[in-house]
Amino acid sequence: MTARAETPLLHVDGLCKFYPVQRDGAFKDAFRPAKAPSFLHAVDGVSFDLFAGETIGLVGESGCGKSTLVRLLTRLIDPSEGNIHLDDEDVGAMPAKGFGGRPQRAKVQMVFQDATDSLNPRYTAAAAIADPLRRLRPELKGAELKARVSELADLTGLPQALLTRFPHQLSGGQKARVGIARAIAVEPKLLILDEPTSALDVSVQVMILRLLEDLKKRLGMSYLFVSHDLHVVHLLCDRVLVMYLGRIVESGPADKVFRNPSHPYTKALVASIPSFEPGVRHTRTPLAGEPRSPIDPDPKVCRFTGRCPIATERCSQEMPTLRRLEDGHEVACHYAELKQAAE
Amino acid sequence: MVAVPVLDVRDLSVEFRTRSGVVRALESVSFSVAKGEMIGVVGESGSGKSVTAYALMGILEAAGKVTGGSAMFGGADLLKASESQLQELRGRELSMIFQNPRVALNPIRRVGLQIADVLLRHGNVTRAQAPARAIDMLKAVRIPDPERRARAYPFELSGGMCQRIMIAIALACAPSLLIADEPTTGLDVTTQAAIMDLISELARERGMATVLITHDLGMAAEYCDRIVVMHAGHVVENAPTAELFANPRHPYTAKLIAATPRPESHLDDLVAIGGNLPDLRSASLPPCRFSGRCERALPDCAQPLPRRVVGEAMVACWNPL
Repeated sequence: MTARAETPLLHVDGLCKFYPVQRDGAFKDAFRPAKAPSFLHAVDGVSFDLFAGETIGLVGESGCGKSTLVRLLTRLIDPSEGNIHLDDEDVGAMPAKGFGGRPQRAKVQMVFQDATDSLNPRYTAAAAIADPLRRLRPELKGAELKARVSELADLTGLPQALLTRFPHQLSGGQKARVGIARAIAVEPKLLILDEPTSALDVSVQVMILRLLEDLKKRLGMSYLFVSHDLHVVHLLCDRVLVMYLGRIVESGPADKVFRNPSHPYTKALVASIPSFEPGVRHTRTPLAGEPRSPIDPDPKVCRFTGRCPIATERCSQEMPTLRRLEDGHEVACHYAELKQAAE
Repeated sequence: MVAVPVLDVRDLSVEFRTRSGVVRALESVSFSVAKGEMIGVVGESGSGKSVTAYALMGILEAAGKVTGGSAMFGGADLLKASESQLQELRGRELSMIFQNPRVALNPIRRVGLQIADVLLRHGNVTRAQAPARAIDMLKAVRIPDPERRARAYPFELSGGMCQRIMIAIALACAPSLLIADEPTTGLDVTTQAAIMDLISELARERGMATVLITHDLGMAAEYCDRIVVMHAGHVVENAPTAELFANPRHPYTAKLIAATPRPESHLDDLVAIGGNLPDLRSASLPPCRFSGRCERALPDCAQPLPRRVVGEAMVACWNPL
């Protein structure tokens, strides 16, 4: 792993995104004046560093704010509070509108979840890969552009003959390769991968994961890997961030987090992974109930109370913050050690 | 297992007529499920898992046609049953959980009423009893605050909740066979585990036979007694779960297991499966549809597919591992 003395490639500090929500009409809350503004806390005080050459996995259930965080980091939306520093530049302060034209856009690129939906059906594979180059590398023209596109096809293992095809003429794995080639076309330093293999069969998934691992080494990129497949995260990532309702509840080296999950939510997550041993079933503490509402959450209450098997009164009076458990392993739970001692 | 099978599928074949030719989606698919047994049907997308389920339920789209085989269920052949006979069976004796609960539920009808509809149609309950029975079902699938949730519309419930409603609808009339088509795809891992625990628990409680269709080998390993591996419309292997994982016989099964990430595995340990599914429209499909992707192919593979039975396992391969 990289030495921690250097400055991180991506430095995120106290990042928040609040969406205003209306409380009128059918969803009126009797305990609140009708006009009081309410906010949905999609991302609430997220801080982390990503170093060059590192792969960080971001896991959490749907609605936990993973996608909002990704949209903030790719500068598609503006943060409500907090800073994003990429490569020593304060990209968080640059408005999302018009960010697409800035040179910084080339530093952070994204591979989308559904390769089919994220490709323009009327662009050939070659046109899709050339698109970001046309915008961000206008100096590349004609034969040069063509050469770069075929170079990228070679890099991602896409046969040259398929470059003239449209998305509907390509298989799932081939479309995934086009999506990756398009994202790495402008040589980003940070590649954000949003469940890049969730729509693929296991047989193809292996090839795409290998390709990503290989590209990372060859091109010296860093990855932020968003996924709900914990096996895949474990395979690919150096460190893991576990998100729950807009906050990071646990972070640390992948091996430590998976072998020794310390937050009760992470424990439930890890216990839910199929054991793969026929007949052997995990002893699970099922998560009871539904997640708390992310709308105007009480800043004093731990977001996990209500579903947490070990919550006490303290959890409703004092919000736990991320604290160091051991080297590099952080957890936001008052009772992380207690639970470990008990086991 | 000596038990009399609840469902016995023999040589089921299905074709789809399309503009670009006849797609031979299923060919001689055979398997059976006993009372209280849960079998897993696994395979890549396009292997014919869902088509099998739709054919058994009699809900294939108009282009699809069952061209052969039988599916004996409680003394009747599902494949030859008339629409009215099927309507009597579906919901009461034979139920299905669909992949996407939000699409499968009626978006403008309260979920309690949707459960009551099934009960009224099949369950011999009176109009007065139906609401209370619907709430009982919500309790059975462990929905908190069932009286209030019965009045909710699907959009007001989370994905996991909607899937619980689907299960409540499917199990309302205590069917003897449940087909679950990827019941947890698109749900969070924690919810996935909870839903699967619920299905397997209810199945055991009621002695129901269950067919779990999934692409997730890990899940099949954990919950199923027996696994049927499908590839391009063929059943390539059918074996008790422990045996299948300990000693896969068909090269495709072995590759599928090797390609699936497991806890503690490294990227280098995983093996990709080369090649693609064959074009099922082709008139010259080889007898073994895996032979084009197989490293163990022999000249023998051009002969009609064998069904080798070893103990409780069946493998359709001339050169098994």
